[in-house]
Amino acid sequence: MTIALLLAVLLAVVAVVAVALPFLREPEPASDTLDELDEQERRRLEELEARDRALAALKELEFDHRTGAITDEDYRTLVGPLRREVARTLQALGDGSPRGPVEAEPREGEGRTTEGRTA
Amino acid sequence: MPELGRAALVVTLGLCLYALVAGVLAARLGRRRLAFSAQNALVAAFGSTLVASVVLFAALARSDFSFTYVARTTSEALPMPYKLSAFWGGQEGSLLLWLLVLTGFGAAAVLLNRRWARDLVVWAVPVFAAVGTFFAFLVVAVASPFATQAAPADGAGMTPSLQNPYMLAHPPLLYLGYVGLTVPFAFALGALLSGRLDERWLVATRRWTLVAWTALGVGQLLGAHWAYEEVGWGGYYAWDPVENAALMPWLAATAFLHSVMIQEKRGMLRIWNVSLVVLAFALSLFGTFLTRSGVVNSIHSFTQSSIGPWFLAFIALTVAASIGVVVWRLPQLRSPTRLESVVSREAAFLYNNLLLLALCLAIFWGVVYPLLSEAVRGEAVVLGRSYYDFFLRAFGLPLLLLMGIGPLIAWRRASLRSLLTTFRWPTAVALLAGCVLLLLGAGSSIPGLVAYTFSAFVATTIALEFVRGTRARRALGSPSWPAAFSSLVARNRRRYGGYVVHAAIVLLAIGIAGSSAFDSVAEAKLGRGESMEIGGYTLVYRSLDERLASNATEIRATLDVTRDGRELGTLEAGKNAYTVEEQVSNEVGIRSDWRTGEDLFVIAEQIDPDGSVYFRVFVKPLVNLIWLSGLVFLLGSAIALWPDAREQRRLVSRSAEVGLPAMR
Repeated sequence: MTIALLLAVLLAVVAVVAVALPFLREPEPASDTLDELDEQERRRLEELEARDRALAALKELEFDHRTGAITDEDYRTLVGPLRREVARTLQALGDGSPRGPVEAEPREGEGRTTEGRTA
Repeated sequence: MPELGRAALVVTLGLCLYALVAGVLAARLGRRRLAFSAQNALVAAFGSTLVASVVLFAALARSDFSFTYVARTTSEALPMPYKLSAFWGGQEGSLLLWLLVLTGFGAAAVLLNRRWARDLVVWAVPVFAAVGTFFAFLVVAVASPFATQAAPADGAGMTPSLQNPYMLAHPPLLYLGYVGLTVPFAFALGALLSGRLDERWLVATRRWTLVAWTALGVGQLLGAHWAYEEVGWGGYYAWDPVENAALMPWLAATAFLHSVMIQEKRGMLRIWNVSLVVLAFALSLFGTFLTRSGVVNSIHSFTQSSIGPWFLAFIALTVAASIGVVVWRLPQLRSPTRLESVVSREAAFLYNNLLLLALCLAIFWGVVYPLLSEAVRGEAVVLGRSYYDFFLRAFGLPLLLLMGIGPLIAWRRASLRSLLTTFRWPTAVALLAGCVLLLLGAGSSIPGLVAYTFSAFVATTIALEFVRGTRARRALGSPSWPAAFSSLVARNRRRYGGYVVHAAIVLLAIGIAGSSAFDSVAEAKLGRGESMEIGGYTLVYRSLDERLASNATEIRATLDVTRDGRELGTLEAGKNAYTVEEQVSNEVGIRSDWRTGEDLFVIAEQIDPDGSVYFRVFVKPLVNLIWLSGLVFLLGSAIALWPDAREQRRLVSRSAEVGLPAMR
């Protein structure tokens, strides 16, 4: 009983210390304001997401076309708008070329093995 | 040490309450140290709940019957693994498990995301804390696992059907699934409350949702195998309310895992996705409520208790608050893009979502109908198997077909000519399979035949995707075919892991169709030396034996099994009489043929004093594909869950460009 109570008190003390830790570490901080994204940063984040989305969609289309899952006809219909979307998102970011880690597939026609589908 | 357990839970309740209040204040006022303090409180709540759990485990292991819970759920003679499994065998223990997993998941999710998604975490913490406060309140004030009494000489024992190895894993997995759905819920609400509705909440929760969904899926399959082996009625799924309780959130989470791809690829369905997350979480609460409240009659519902009204109130509050927040953020949730064509991959995913939701709602209606009919007419009317089977066929078969169609259609739009080209091989294979099966006599069950045909269609599309993809990778410079294959999977783990999961669903569909639409059954009362025949098998009843196990008397009838004159060995079926629990259970005999996937399933329904036995025997074709599908499902989930270095680099790059710490 006594040991159990002692352990319970110890647990409560540890809990209080854990909760108080940020205040104990920085009793008088230079700033106590949450460092959040401002409106401009949030807009840029959304534009970056749009860029990555468009690049990933283009990459997937190229690969699906290469495998033969997407026919030439569908590919021709889809690739133009997607490329324009990529260009638009890059322009919105004030960026002239794709950057970041999204890796483009080799260009259409390279190493193609499926029959009769090359645009 | 019940005092330590009680104290630890009071500490958890205090910490959760603090995390809730401090978290809301920190987020509203933008206070950094207060936000960190609230996060620490959530992490500390996990620690104190862990202490309480260790106390309960120790009491169960030591058979300390001064704990009322231990005395009610175990006995001295119970084997040690089952003593420990009593942690989740009763109401109070399973609520403690909920709290333990919740605080553990909450702490882990906060620690993993607190830097790169800090503005979301600030609001996710009070959501976790609110759910934690509810469960901590239950185990502190309503259903404490640490209530004490004067210790009796022995405990009441465990329900015999729970004394099965599957019970060591099935309930914890379901709880991992139920509770895991709290993570996407907390981050979705965090995103709504903070107004940060960019993709980060999806990225932060994607793997948590997959883990929860996988645990729910595997947990249900283990439960089905438990029912098959232990309950002894000859089936594996009875549309029991508690079984349905786990299926509904899994269906909602399946819908979310598909529709979230549309948001990621096209920026669409934002409202739909947050609504699905709320629905999946509410259904996981509802599932816990059904299991634990005793409000429905179920072979799985082991308790009658007073926690029902608390749960209902919490579910109502959760749903109302969530709807309120979604409505508040509607203007920000509206998608800038629209569905371009009804023949596109996103449209196929949308149809898939609608069918999953329709099936989910049909099951929900079947579960609540007895409660509603009792409330309105004073008589509980239970909707039987035919109700559920109808909707499974009506919605499940088109869903199966869509699994094959969706992955082969282009995003945005596809032309009719493309569809004809793309689907010519899968359609040819499916039609051929259907015709062959028809000739082999599978036409006795039209739904079964349709399920097989659709399964052939989906299996062909999956195989085609792997073959074409591997060929393309090889052409792109992979040094060998195995390298091309592994490169294909590694470059898009979610897509190809998803195909493996689809293959598991195909196996499941074939197994269910085979074992339910094409099974056979025979019944006979046999004396020693007498025989019966079914599906080419001959069973000869040889002997009846009685033996003592540690906690039960086992009575077994032995049968010799032959097929077409070939000896296949013996089978034992009988009953266990549990001494402490004063209950009798059916112990079935199963002979599996791993070559054909078929089971010979024997139940000794009634054993007469003269030694004659009334046997019920089933032959279940392809039933073992159901269990095999579990392994394939796990493999597919593991592939999809495996960290993707390319995606990590993309997120790091994106975060760096807006000055977020890139720690993922």
